[in-house]
Amino acid sequence: MDEGKTGREFSGKVALVTGASAGIGRAAALRFARGGAAVVCSDIEEVGGRETAELASDIGSDSCFIRADVSVESDVAGLIRAMVERYGRIDIAFNNAGIGLFDTMVDEHTEEQYDRLMAVNSTGVFLCMKYEAPAMLRGSGGCIVNTASMAGLVGARGLSVYAATKHAVVGMTKAAALEYGRRGIRVNCVAPGLIDTEINRPFWDAHPELYEEWKSLPPLGRYGTAEEVAEAVAWLCTDDAAFVHGHAMSVDAGMVAK
Amino acid sequence: MGMLDGKVALVTGGTRGIGRAVAERGAAEGARVVIGSRDPERGAETVGAIQAAGGEASFIQTDVSDSGQVEALVAGTVAAYGRLDLALNGAGIEGERRLLHEVTTEDWESVMALNLRGAFACMRLQIRHMLGQGAGSIVNLSSTNGLIGTPLFASYTASKHGLIGLTRAAALEYSGQGIRINAVCPGGVDTPMFQRLYGPPGTDARGAATAAHPAGRIARPEEVAGAVVFLWSDRASYVTGSCLTIDGGLTAT
Repeated sequence: MDEGKTGREFSGKVALVTGASAGIGRAAALRFARGGAAVVCSDIEEVGGRETAELASDIGSDSCFIRADVSVESDVAGLIRAMVERYGRIDIAFNNAGIGLFDTMVDEHTEEQYDRLMAVNSTGVFLCMKYEAPAMLRGSGGCIVNTASMAGLVGARGLSVYAATKHAVVGMTKAAALEYGRRGIRVNCVAPGLIDTEINRPFWDAHPELYEEWKSLPPLGRYGTAEEVAEAVAWLCTDDAAFVHGHAMSVDAGMVAK
Repeated sequence: MGMLDGKVALVTGGTRGIGRAVAERGAAEGARVVIGSRDPERGAETVGAIQAAGGEASFIQTDVSDSGQVEALVAGTVAAYGRLDLALNGAGIEGERRLLHEVTTEDWESVMALNLRGAFACMRLQIRHMLGQGAGSIVNLSSTNGLIGTPLFASYTASKHGLIGLTRAAALEYSGQGIRINAVCPGGVDTPMFQRLYGPPGTDARGAATAAHPAGRIARPEEVAGAVVFLWSDRASYVTGSCLTIDGGLTAT
């Protein structure tokens, strides 16, 4: 039973968060930790990733950092192996590692940029699910949440390849939901709108005028916070969401309703 | 401590199925709940059950297809508890099982009057009150039939699609005034309506309808209530204009 915001609804659970060094990943790792989960924080970036694991430990979580590049199969295989060795199981996986490339028209993308975006955002989610699912099936099932985007549901100017990688995440989420639904694994994704996080920071630092301009795009009139997305991710992993399966959950202030 | 302490919630269709589960869960989370439905006997029984569980609830007999009764419902809620923070517009019927060319105008109109016009009438008054408070959260009970079609239920499908349109447009209109508006889209749920449509447990039709869900089962009403309570709560502060699907993967195919 979900004990609510102040409860310990993840007590006894073991959770994996990729892309845990900052932003939505860090917020989710800390949210799972506050809910009582043991949290494995993974990222390609070590300093922030270790810091998140320390913050989770400070809350009382049995947390650790395991470095992995989610676009490299041996890294992902090693991550899941190490996690199962240390904790014996994996109940929750938040496949969140991702990179962005904004304000770039189709003809302005290089092939290398295309390949890197696909490798991290789509192949990364694929590889994570590929190794998480068998580990969950060996245990008592589990719950997977992938990070898509509102650009996984609709198009957005200057985001063509990013949108393609995120549409792929939505498609993969739904197909995986069909495959594992009867075998005890729930699979969903979140589709955040404009969230003020570190992934966007370099772009916004370079274009402060767009930071101000885009603020008015979300119908709620502000950017979302990483914590608001983490709250939806956490909810998807509670018993209250036990029949939510194959869903792309919008956390976007109404952006795709427009 | 509940997620909805201090809040006042209005639930139409709150005496059976999903609406009842929402009323009970809302009260368990600390909200004072007003139930609007047509059936006073079931209303009294539902209120009694909530009170017996330690919650606070009251009943106002309402047919949401009658605008005058909707006005009395919202006014009565505010009179009883002084405010209106949360609403589930959940009253609905499925209509007769028929091919479109055989659907009577009366049947179409009764489905649309309750499912869509009723929700519209409720929202209009709920929003007027919430604008005064500067805050509120409304959830409309749509269905997977708001996203896909079901043969032999064209009126129901149309009404539930309409509810999603109403939800999205209204969410955009009031997003700047502190009112969040979302829809939930359940697939098969173990309710009296599901039993009317597919028969009691054990029948072939019910087995087939259940097996159509990739999760291999249908939902308990409480599982839909969990989603409504989340959308009502501040935990969903950046969620508006969305359709939360609770269908065990039914519409992922």
